[in-house]
Amino acid sequence: MANERTRILVVDDEEIVRESLGGWLEKDGYTVERSPDGTSALARIQAERWSILIVDLKMPGIDGLKVLEEAKKLQPDLAVVMMTAYATVDTAVAAMKAGAYDYLVKPFDPEELSLMMQKIVAQQTLVRENVVLRQALKQEYRFRDLLSKSPAMQAVFELARTAARSNSTILVLGESGSGKEVLARAIHAESPRAEGPFVAVSCAALTESLLESELFGHEKGAFTGAIARRKGKFEAADGGTLFLDEVGDVGPKLQLDLLRVLEDRKFHRVGGNEPIEVDVRIVAATNRNLQKAVQDGKFRDDLFYRLNVIPILIPPLRQRREDIPLLVENFVERLAAEMKKRLDGVSPDAMNALVGHDWPGNVRELRNVLERGAVVATGAIIQLAELGLPSKGEAPPKPGALASLEEIEKRHVAAVLSHTGGNVSQAARILGIDRVTLYNKMRKYAIRRTGEPQDVPQPTNGDGPR
Amino acid sequence: MPLPIFVWWIGEAQEDPALMDHVRRHVARAFEREVVAWSAPERPRHAYDARRRQHASGTILKWLVETGPRGGKVLGVTDRDLFIPILTYVFGEAQLGGDAAVVSTARLAEGADAVGRRVLVERLAKEAVHEIGHAFGLLHCGNEGCVMSRSPAVREVDEKSSLPCAECRARLSQEGA
Repeated sequence: MANERTRILVVDDEEIVRESLGGWLEKDGYTVERSPDGTSALARIQAERWSILIVDLKMPGIDGLKVLEEAKKLQPDLAVVMMTAYATVDTAVAAMKAGAYDYLVKPFDPEELSLMMQKIVAQQTLVRENVVLRQALKQEYRFRDLLSKSPAMQAVFELARTAARSNSTILVLGESGSGKEVLARAIHAESPRAEGPFVAVSCAALTESLLESELFGHEKGAFTGAIARRKGKFEAADGGTLFLDEVGDVGPKLQLDLLRVLEDRKFHRVGGNEPIEVDVRIVAATNRNLQKAVQDGKFRDDLFYRLNVIPILIPPLRQRREDIPLLVENFVERLAAEMKKRLDGVSPDAMNALVGHDWPGNVRELRNVLERGAVVATGAIIQLAELGLPSKGEAPPKPGALASLEEIEKRHVAAVLSHTGGNVSQAARILGIDRVTLYNKMRKYAIRRTGEPQDVPQPTNGDGPR
Repeated sequence: MPLPIFVWWIGEAQEDPALMDHVRRHVARAFEREVVAWSAPERPRHAYDARRRQHASGTILKWLVETGPRGGKVLGVTDRDLFIPILTYVFGEAQLGGDAAVVSTARLAEGADAVGRRVLVERLAKEAVHEIGHAFGLLHCGNEGCVMSRSPAVREVDEKSSLPCAECRARLSQEGA
């Protein structure tokens, strides 16, 4: 019998019971240990994993019910069988309420004990098999930190895996929060450059001149405040991957500089004369429609073609709703580990709401909503109300008011900023977008941190992120 | 020369020579060694529990080791009803990897009036082999036809054979039995 994997702890203050029950179970091939009292039993449960606990109800000191209660806290999946000398409805009910698997009245029928053990083992085997299968399935759905079972994303993974092996420039396209940087990191990790550095720059967060020095570095005295020579991100990424996020936001001058580096793999530090050569693989990303920007004359077509060697489009979450349960499970698991809190999942109505939501902020928004839920949750299951999802129909500010989408976005961004008291990170979380995107929107709509409109656009280099 | 197995009638009724002969033949066939009929007047009466009106099999096992023949394993065969403290009854018990085993006809006779003496004889032989198997270190076997499969009721006893399966035989030779 393949019962050796089943570890049974027999707890009874009577030695003869421990020995006869233990011996009987050992002949079935189970691994059996014995404890004479509740205290020593709990110490053993804390120290080791057990499959089944068979515990006597009446014991001096800590009684069986208390052992059951504490054991369940230490190991929730432990099957606990309560033994009692006299069956009273009360004790049976109390044991079952406290989470006992079953109870046995001493002395018990050999057939009854045998069947009960077999049933527990079969159940636990099923649970184990289920876990293994789900893990295996998850591996199938996984590309590094990305998780999806939708055919569209599987095609993205396939393309990314193939592209990772080459040295070609990759352009990742997708809405805010869809995981462009996560994909860029995955590509780096899968590439022959995996041992080299991965350097990420957000091109939207900085003014053009700051971004220039950030990318290419500067010589001492190149400009006011350049008190020492500084290496740029291109140099930092030598031998690795440079991730240019929000590349669609780069101004005209830098577009030209970038084009040159992409063509020659050489550049100058700001204020420097020596050309510097680097071996860098570029992964760029944007949530803008670059083709339209090219048509509108806002983005150089030659740079666009240099970047658009291998375009990879990440579909928005609302187009792959089948991934939501998988992502929810994965995030809840990770949040539980991060917060050191017991979280088993979300309630069925919460899951329905999550699957039905449109997720303008995509996977990042989903993660934020779950994080909120995980913090607020009082039990192991996150309830719908704890997620703080907007109920349907709550979104537009004034129903019936005729306004453009831009106008509504502007008003909503201002309202959220005002709500957070100017805390941009918090506002970005609520909006389900990243801070850079929020800063862009604030600039676009000339909104102050307080949420008030401003008359003259202010320079953003004062309080830009990082 | 492997050590013999002693088979000893320790019941209260008159010994049934045909029955005991049948048990000895099956045990000899299963373990391929000499089986010796042992006889002595002592009986394990101290193992009787007045409250349960049964004999404690654990106590009988200890007594068999102390009182029985040395230089081999000993199987006690009784007509008394046996129990271990947590179970209502047992067909028999053995020291796992030890020297003593005991088996009783009391519960094996269930329904035997209808099926006849031949069935009772078969059941006893199977349970005798089963308990001695434990004394040789064998655990319960997952193969339903194997004599070492667990038999919580007579139905399962009737369904299994009186011999260990190939896997259990292999284990027996590993154990040096």
